[in-house]
Amino acid sequence: MSIYSEEQAKAILDKVIKLSKADQCSATLSGSEGGNVRYALNSVSTSGHVSDANLAVEVAFGKKSGTATINQFDEASLEAVVRRAEELARLAPENPEFVPAIGKQAYKASSTFNGKTAAITPAYRAQVAADCIEPSRKDKLVAAGFFSDSHDFIALANSKGNFGYQKSASMDFTCTVRTEDGKGSGWVARNLGDVSKFDAKSEIRTAIQKAKGSVDAKALEPGKYTVIMEPAATAGLISFMMFGFDARQADEGRSFLSKKGGGNKLGEKLFDERVNIYADPWDENAAVLPWDQEGLAREKTPIITKGRIEYLQYSRYWAGKQGRKAVGQPGNLIMVGGDKSTMDLVKSTKKGILVTRTWYIRMVDPQTVLLTGLTRDGTFYVENGEIRYPIKNFRFNESPAIMLNNIEEIGKPVRVGDDESPFVMMIPPMKIRDFTFTSLSDAV
Amino acid sequence: MDRRDFLKLTGVGLGGLMLPMMHGRVIAAEALLEKLDPATKKRLADVALNGAKSGGATYCDVRIGRYLRQFVVTREDKVQNVVNTESTGIGIRVIANGTWGFAATSQLDADGVAAAVKQALTIAKANSRLQSAPVELAPVKGVGEVSWATPIVKNAMAVPIKDKVDLLLGVNAAAIGAGASFVNSILFLVNEQKYFASSDGSYIDQDIHRIWAPIQVTAVDQKSGKFRTRAGLSSPRGMGFEYLDANSADKVELPGGAVVYRDSYDMKADAIAAAKQAKEKLAAPSVKPGKYDLVLDPSHLWLTIHESVGHPLELDRVLGYEANYAGTSFATLDKWKEKFQYGSDKVTIFADKTQPGSLGAVGYDDEGVRTQKWDLIKDGKLVNYQVIRDQAHILGLKESQGCCYADSWSSVQFQRMANVSLAPGKGELAPEAMIKDVENGIYIIGDGSFSIDQQRYNAQFGGQLFYEIKDGKVTRPIEDVAYQMRTPEFWNSCVAVCDDSDYRFGGSFFDGKGQPGQVSAVSHGSSTARFNGANVINTARSLG
Repeated sequence: MSIYSEEQAKAILDKVIKLSKADQCSATLSGSEGGNVRYALNSVSTSGHVSDANLAVEVAFGKKSGTATINQFDEASLEAVVRRAEELARLAPENPEFVPAIGKQAYKASSTFNGKTAAITPAYRAQVAADCIEPSRKDKLVAAGFFSDSHDFIALANSKGNFGYQKSASMDFTCTVRTEDGKGSGWVARNLGDVSKFDAKSEIRTAIQKAKGSVDAKALEPGKYTVIMEPAATAGLISFMMFGFDARQADEGRSFLSKKGGGNKLGEKLFDERVNIYADPWDENAAVLPWDQEGLAREKTPIITKGRIEYLQYSRYWAGKQGRKAVGQPGNLIMVGGDKSTMDLVKSTKKGILVTRTWYIRMVDPQTVLLTGLTRDGTFYVENGEIRYPIKNFRFNESPAIMLNNIEEIGKPVRVGDDESPFVMMIPPMKIRDFTFTSLSDAV
Repeated sequence: MDRRDFLKLTGVGLGGLMLPMMHGRVIAAEALLEKLDPATKKRLADVALNGAKSGGATYCDVRIGRYLRQFVVTREDKVQNVVNTESTGIGIRVIANGTWGFAATSQLDADGVAAAVKQALTIAKANSRLQSAPVELAPVKGVGEVSWATPIVKNAMAVPIKDKVDLLLGVNAAAIGAGASFVNSILFLVNEQKYFASSDGSYIDQDIHRIWAPIQVTAVDQKSGKFRTRAGLSSPRGMGFEYLDANSADKVELPGGAVVYRDSYDMKADAIAAAKQAKEKLAAPSVKPGKYDLVLDPSHLWLTIHESVGHPLELDRVLGYEANYAGTSFATLDKWKEKFQYGSDKVTIFADKTQPGSLGAVGYDDEGVRTQKWDLIKDGKLVNYQVIRDQAHILGLKESQGCCYADSWSSVQFQRMANVSLAPGKGELAPEAMIKDVENGIYIIGDGSFSIDQQRYNAQFGGQLFYEIKDGKVTRPIEDVAYQMRTPEFWNSCVAVCDDSDYRFGGSFFDGKGQPGQVSAVSHGSSTARFNGANVINTARSLG
């Protein structure tokens, strides 16, 4: 087992801090138990389990720092890792942007741990695969999917008396169901902290329905369309946009949040006033650790309020230089919405396109956060409040900074996992006008 | 490494700087030169092979790996991060009841190995209940005790950190001196010490080296609020530190004046050029969208080859094993059977895991198959895919093509892309002569934004440098260029490929695939090629 109790973790970290002869010492002990099952062509292809624990020690002499890590925690190993970090620090070049270790923080625990999720067994994972494969096979469809779960702990301490410990657990599920002839494809995903809210048998129906419903898609001309974006379809775009929220990049003139003539756009209204995004480590649906990667305590942080930029991310170095207070960097993104489901948004649409998900999103121009990518696994034409027929996938070239000014309606947020995003996200389905599709794709 | 980890490492992401812990434990620089004793590895491998056999396995392979990486990350006059990582352990794969089982452990002693063998057998036997057909392995003749090493001149791990830091800070100073507003430069160094043993009777010891030295230069015009970046025009390579020797013989001046590199990179000269070109980009006119003939330099074309040929011709994608993540492929088996016209008759694309200096070059793949070269597209027609041992029979092949790779001892090996390259044109043709015939075109140098659909039909590519071609001449730099393509039409629009004197490598250090994700490094060679009538879009937008 790689999961240590708070007492065990504290004992190890206390020893490490005591062993160090450097000006300052910070240490992080983490451990994880993770399992997964992968299946394709209606058969399990791989399954695995990884157990790992790691201790990272960072020390500093003046402005010179060194880091070493180890996965053995006996007395000799702890001594060795501290000495190695000290040796690396002595050899390191002086870092003019060095910032001292954080002071003692007040961490308010968040509900990142769920006992049921932490207790997921190989048999449970196999059953998830079976629950997707069996109904797919019955319907002459082909399922390929991945279910993974992890149970982790993290503990941190430093020579200034700071200490934190918290456990977490989460699961992620994706499944693609295709017709045997490859003409239809559907997809479903769930990302949860509490596995008891997950029911593969029910989820797979969505992918099956979309696979069947997307056969023989018609081609529409590329152009600007009203789109109903399922939460997974915009999560990647919004997450990408957040890379522009770094205060230093903005101040240096190389972000879409840089101001002409110098400075940044903090406080400016850039989006539709219905756009409200905040971070909250204690959100019950999207809880994250109450500290960031540096151990700074997280706070409930408004990021965009009524379309106005309320937050830029200041590193501790840049905050010091700009005379600002550094706060813990967000671990989640929660976009405020209403009560409507995706299908409610479809019902209120005269003409539009329903997008299940977007794929292979890449930055085209960081100046405007212009992104490109494609629709995938269920794209439908909507008319008079009804899904009329499947359509071929499109490539889009669109900026989230423009998209969030073209909002027609916002639905109820759901938790979304995205393997290219560092955030746990709550994103609503959205109806957006003038979304720019630039070409057709034959891909199913 | 996926994009998220890369952004964290290089400090351009939200998370700021972070140690790349995913690569293993951090070690002292001198430990990067240590090696495991082959006799110890053979002894441990035999424990696994014997244990698997007595446990009922019909096949077993063992990979004992020591994976070393060093990263040196700088910006302007500052070293942001120097990290050395090591990951050592053993991965054991068995076939029992006709089904694969895999287990890995970092406990490198007889007890640890025996426990992992037991676990792999248990998994194989448990999963065999869900297996529809038993694994069919193409035969491999055991090669006994052999070794192979990347033919490096200078072991990058042996170069002192101070020399590396001095090099990067010198590069940065040169860029700033040439007018750059900001500059980032990085060294990524990899050494994979891999020992493979199998129940076929092979004991293969390999020492593999790779190097990448990316730079990014930014020019900011605060007055207009505009900024532009220009990334380095080097390529990651399967070479030692000699790649950074800046031999003048390996510099190539292209029509229009941009300089690119063959087998030796002048990082400082490229940084100076990048600073000047980034500033030039700020003032360059925006492209008029429409149809253009594209002249694509190898520093750009490698990524188009990678996405639109390398990936769709991976047999596991074709069959549906990657359907839930990376996707499937338009290049289905029926197209292969009918010798689908993938490109024009100028297009011959080959896979080759033996090319010296390439990222994918190894002596043997991760299931003990001797590496080789073969055609994927011959004179425009689809003739083959990339396969591993348990796929060869699907194509009626008698042996694997040697495309198996795992990114760690703890990852299960699977089919990964070989170096996939465009063969040079047969007749004598240099880029200058190619451009002479182009009336209305765009010359693209360097790789930029890239995106392609899950069956590899529709792609969009940007670049680093774009030059207008008018009436056979490179006239001026232009900006906001991206071309959109449909794979078969694009390759069928290829009307000319320059000769082998223009052949150069590009490549990817971090090509992602699989769930859980694994990365691999792969090169793509080509000479400059011309594609007629491409659809070019303008990517400039206004945020008001």
